[in-house]
Amino acid sequence: MLRAAATILRKDLLLELRTKEAVPAMTLFTITVYVLFHFGLDRNALDGDLASGVLWVTLLLAAVIGVTRLFAAEREQGGIDALLLAPVDRTALFLAKASALFLFLVAVELVAVPAYDLLLLGPGLGGTLPELLVILLLANLGIAAVGALVAALAAETRTRELIVPLLLLPLLLPLLISCAQATEPLMRTDQGPEDLGRWLGLLTLYDVVFVLVSVAVFDFLLED
Amino acid sequence: MFSKGLAPLAIATVVTLTAAFALVFFYAPLDADQGFVQKIFYIHVPMAIVALGGFVAGGIFGIRHLRSGDAAWDLRSYVAIHLSIILGLGVLVTGAIWAKASWGHYWVWDEPVLVSFLVVFLLYCVYFPLRFAIEDPERQARYSSVFAITAGAFVPLNFTAVRLAEALTHPRVLSQTGGDLPGEMRLTFLVALAGMILLFVTLWKLELTAKHAAMQLKKLRRRRAERREAVPA
Repeated sequence: MLRAAATILRKDLLLELRTKEAVPAMTLFTITVYVLFHFGLDRNALDGDLASGVLWVTLLLAAVIGVTRLFAAEREQGGIDALLLAPVDRTALFLAKASALFLFLVAVELVAVPAYDLLLLGPGLGGTLPELLVILLLANLGIAAVGALVAALAAETRTRELIVPLLLLPLLLPLLISCAQATEPLMRTDQGPEDLGRWLGLLTLYDVVFVLVSVAVFDFLLED
Repeated sequence: MFSKGLAPLAIATVVTLTAAFALVFFYAPLDADQGFVQKIFYIHVPMAIVALGGFVAGGIFGIRHLRSGDAAWDLRSYVAIHLSIILGLGVLVTGAIWAKASWGHYWVWDEPVLVSFLVVFLLYCVYFPLRFAIEDPERQARYSSVFAITAGAFVPLNFTAVRLAEALTHPRVLSQTGGDLPGEMRLTFLVALAGMILLFVTLWKLELTAKHAAMQLKKLRRRRAERREAVPA
């Protein structure tokens, strides 16, 4: 199963490297949203809760684009039939798609987070980088699990571009709450007392629940 | 198939709900500091509990559908979620009225229960666009069940997250203040809750019966049309 997953993942990464569809679009989108927030809020530098909120809302909106495109290649070129005919467990497909989304998000954040530091963030990120990395990785895990599930759910509907954001964003709300709350003290000018443990705990709980739920129900999607 | 016991259930609902309203207006004492407005509690809270229960029941029916492949379970899940959304709208409206009267604002963002309920409501509203964007009936049932299960798992997680994030000022009816409700109020509340549960079950069975009958009718019509085509007059 792991080998099948790795093969599908390699195919997805190769496809992304050749076509460069999802990651550049997502990255470009985050920068655009920073500019929107700059003018919308009329602020040159953000800190504290505002800074962490803007960062996380931007990343989640970029994730919507990634999720919408997750099954695009299979759908547009009919590869899905071949994939479903292959004697591979559906769980392998889920693992591959979730890992692809996870890696896309990492790639986007490699540009988007430094760009945020450069463009909008008041206090520098230097001292708090390890904590932020942990939060980002846990968040990516949750987004990847929920995102792969939502992408598969929406893949067979007529209105998938509408379904993805409507379904994904409410489902990610607990994740947004814990990420924004955990990041907020890291982005304050006076780095005060933190409550990191509680939010990381909630984030981990969210990841565990949704990885399990997604693995359990994914078998019933994309049949026949 | 679904209509068994519907008539006695309907009668029980009418009796319990009438009793509940009689108790609300003639028996339960006026709240000392909120006065008459507090009576909305006897509708708002049972409605919220039944709506959330309906969402969770939708998820459980979804699991049974995926396990058995029986379309009747999907229909049960669909109707439960449908009714819960309607009740959910009622919860948000009565909640806003109560909030305006006792806190002075229609919407209070630092209320974890209010906010979680809104998020759950928004999520379940996507059930319909998702369900009706899939044409193949068998696949429609399967995907809807997957949604019902995922959203069912989301409900408790969301309540935890929002509660941790916000200040705690909403009356925690069941866990804390529930124990302090005076006897008359508690009795009224329990009767109102029973009435709401009965109302939900009655409407659920009624809609199941209606949907099932409509489906049967469609099937018969199609068969008749096919037979006419086969034997030209």
